[in-house]
Amino acid sequence: MTYNLETAQSPEKLRRVAIDPVSRVEGHGKVTILLDEHNKVHQVRLHIVEFRGFEKFIQGRPYWEVPVMVQRLCGICPVSHHLAASKALDIIVGAKRLTPAADKLRRLMHYGQMLQSHALHFFHLCSPDLLFGFDSDVTRRNIVGVVAEHPEIAKRGVLLRKFGQEVIRMTAGKRVHGTGAIPGGVNKSLTLAERDELLKDIYQIIAWSRDAVHLIQKVHTQDPGLYNSFGIFRSNFMSIVGKRGDLDFYDGTLRARDDNGKLLFDHVDVQTYQQHIEEEVRPWSYMKFPYFKAIGKEHGWYKVGPLARVQNCDQIPTPFAEHERREFIDYAGGSPMHAPLAYHWTRMIEMLHAAEVIKELLHDDDLLSDDLVVQGERAMEGVGVIEAPRGTLFHHYQVDENDVVTMANLIVSTTNNNQAMNEAIRHVARRYLSSREVTEGLLNHIEVAIRAFDPCLSCATHALGKMPLEVELLDVEGTQIHALSRGA
Amino acid sequence: MSEKKKLRVATTSLAGCFGCHMSFLDIDERLLTLLEHIEFDRSPLTDIKHVSPGTDIGIIEGGLCNAENVHVLREFRANCKVLIAMGACAINGGLPAQRNHLPLTTILEEVYHTSPGLANGLIPNDPELPLPLNQVHPIHEVVKIDYFIPGCPPSGDAIWKVLTDLLAGQEPALGHGLMHYD
Ligand code: SF4
Repeated sequence: MTYNLETAQSPEKLRRVAIDPVSRVEGHGKVTILLDEHNKVHQVRLHIVEFRGFEKFIQGRPYWEVPVMVQRLCGICPVSHHLAASKALDIIVGAKRLTPAADKLRRLMHYGQMLQSHALHFFHLCSPDLLFGFDSDVTRRNIVGVVAEHPEIAKRGVLLRKFGQEVIRMTAGKRVHGTGAIPGGVNKSLTLAERDELLKDIYQIIAWSRDAVHLIQKVHTQDPGLYNSFGIFRSNFMSIVGKRGDLDFYDGTLRARDDNGKLLFDHVDVQTYQQHIEEEVRPWSYMKFPYFKAIGKEHGWYKVGPLARVQNCDQIPTPFAEHERREFIDYAGGSPMHAPLAYHWTRMIEMLHAAEVIKELLHDDDLLSDDLVVQGERAMEGVGVIEAPRGTLFHHYQVDENDVVTMANLIVSTTNNNQAMNEAIRHVARRYLSSREVTEGLLNHIEVAIRAFDPCLSCATHALGKMPLEVELLDVEGTQIHALSRGA
Repeated sequence: MSEKKKLRVATTSLAGCFGCHMSFLDIDERLLTLLEHIEFDRSPLTDIKHVSPGTDIGIIEGGLCNAENVHVLREFRANCKVLIAMGACAINGGLPAQRNHLPLTTILEEVYHTSPGLANGLIPNDPELPLPLNQVHPIHEVVKIDYFIPGCPPSGDAIWKVLTDLLAGQEPALGHGLMHYD
């Protein structure tokens, strides 16, 4: 657990290679690599390059706007932000326990999103690397190439994602940026017709999800030399777990383990997250670097997301996915698997689990009930935590007596993986780039390592900022709209 | 596969949330049909990092929040025959423009100095980080835009309608039901 290759000794003497933008991921990021005249790698960094400032401009807004505003952080998993904010605000409106209908409808929405996001990431974005090879022809290395050569796989990817999006539309009102969750509950239940429409397809979706697990399992186990070591680093890992230590994406308590799988903490109430997690700012990225306070900056960083969750829980509470989890744990051989490419395998296990949970929920008549909202004693502060597709997501708000937000703090999933992603690409750079001619295919290896984490660089830009140097903005006619200088 | 030469389409996300791109993918199976008529140039879906000269259609999500956005937008305008603003952020700045009533330094201070749970207070500053603009700007303020698709995001159906109209060589028209602003 070192920061090796983070900062070169004399960067001015080195040659810079940039991957800009990192593609087939969501959002905006770039990688810079500094090499000497022998192509030895001296520095590798994943930079997050955009500024939003959500945490600031949410302040002063009435709290009920927040779940709808914050999902505009990220259109890939807007439901995660929508629900994490709603959960934090549940506490503020005193809704200690939601009605069964509200709880299950929110879960349905969330598991629908887990399914669509995992399908998108695996099929649309990553399958070209996994099916064609990391340095295959760049013109073919995309979903269009998959459509041409594996039309059935591509079509299933499209339809799996579609199903998840339909679950979201029916529970949230819209496929992207819906309005279904409100502080204290939800504003819509399912109609019988909607439920039947989803039920009609769910068994096919489960079958395809199982096939997807077997596809990636095969790809992984056929090439252990590559898949078990590519970009590997050891680290702590964290997620929330549900009752009895179940895999749970919607609710639970925080649990963390060290790189050997030993518990670091467990049953931690999410309201107290700040006692356990602290963040560091580094000058070269807008994305902060979180770590466990008790261990400290240097060794306290961790990873989140599917690979962390599937190994952190005690069991998965649905039969097919639990079976696949056991297969995975057996393959890992008794100690935690740290290989970044194993994220794909565990991601597909989670997609299968999401499909199974959706099936169970669709058989529950609570979804049709119109008992949707509760309220209780008003509080001034609340924390909402959820497992987003890419990992643990924290939303924390304070609200004053006029119902106006006075403080907002967010730790998005991808930020939790910041150090982890940087470690992975440094490992890949050392192994594949050092002392060789840098080619497009080799650079794609770096991106393959980043993609394994399914980073959402869009979310991660929410809180970015930097002092301006100098920039001039001209309109179509060449007239200056404004100019800036450092320190302005 | 049609006999006609495929149209080249490039897409990018500037200061947007990717929701508009997700909505593009919400054309679902029609994506497979679309691919019979178009090919992708630079896009988050491909590994082409710069838009190629002579690209037929450029689709922009998001407004302008930093110098890099401006640069990419100009590159799109220079190389695309038709340029489309997709979604509220591209058209009027959208939600990110909510920061426009606050000085940039105030927001930076908040995020990097006063926000809770920080070990160190420091505003990132590095030549690799593009310069943020003081305010978020809509893209039509900087280059000429040919078509605008409103919505946050526009529906997959709306995006499909505009693209199929263009493919058919006719003026895109959204019509009732597809024109919305939420
Ligand atoms: S218009 Fe809406 S969906 Fe599109 S990028 Fe902006 S916030 Fe996201």
